[in-house]
Amino acid sequence: MPNVRIPTPLRQYVGGNAEVVVQGGTAGDALGDLVQQHPDLKQHLYTGDGKLRSFVNVYKGDEDIRYLDGQNTEVAENDELSIIPSIAGGSCR
Amino acid sequence: MALKIGAGDVSHIHDHAKETYPEECAGVLVGMDSGGTKVIVDVWRADNTFEEGERSHRFLIEPLKIKEFEEKARERDLDILGFYHSHPDHPAEPSEYDRDHAWPYYSYIIASVSRENVEDMRSWVLRDDRSGYDEETIVG
Repeated sequence: MPNVRIPTPLRQYVGGNAEVVVQGGTAGDALGDLVQQHPDLKQHLYTGDGKLRSFVNVYKGDEDIRYLDGQNTEVAENDELSIIPSIAGGSCR
Repeated sequence: MALKIGAGDVSHIHDHAKETYPEECAGVLVGMDSGGTKVIVDVWRADNTFEEGERSHRFLIEPLKIKEFEEKARERDLDILGFYHSHPDHPAEPSEYDRDHAWPYYSYIIASVSRENVEDMRSWVLRDDRSGYDEETIVG
């Protein structure tokens, strides 16, 4: 079954684990299973209307699923999905 | 939680901040969370890939680069525990823009840098409810 890699800030919502095994044939199904297993994660990944938050990126291998087929991106048994934070900031000027 | 970072890694951040002045520098803090203290084992430079002309007050580390850093850390049984960036001619305090883009848990080291020197360096952690930051004690 596919794995999802969890970045350090979100591990507190998945029992401290760095990886979670999920079920599903698409990225959307796999992420759906992930939040079903760990409901506290949902608000950190999705907006109120169910879209991935802009500073949350999901990669299949080295490719952002936004540039593949989004939530419909196919996920095979041995694929690894990674949740990758966007990191930005700067002074207020 | 406290942040433990050695003098060599602090120098690395100061050097990077001075080199990129008047643009912001950015990088990754990797180490181990020993339950109460984040122990930084290494700091890695990242390119500031925010659009040119805006880098004196903005930084961006590309997600694919973050992924590479995560894999590199994992090979050494380490984790990304936070990030550093500089505020050229600006205090070592998070801005509203910083807060809008921050994640909980991570340590955000900010180095205030002038043309001559690094004037101040402080570390901040976003509150879980995103209402603001708590300052984190830096220990050597």
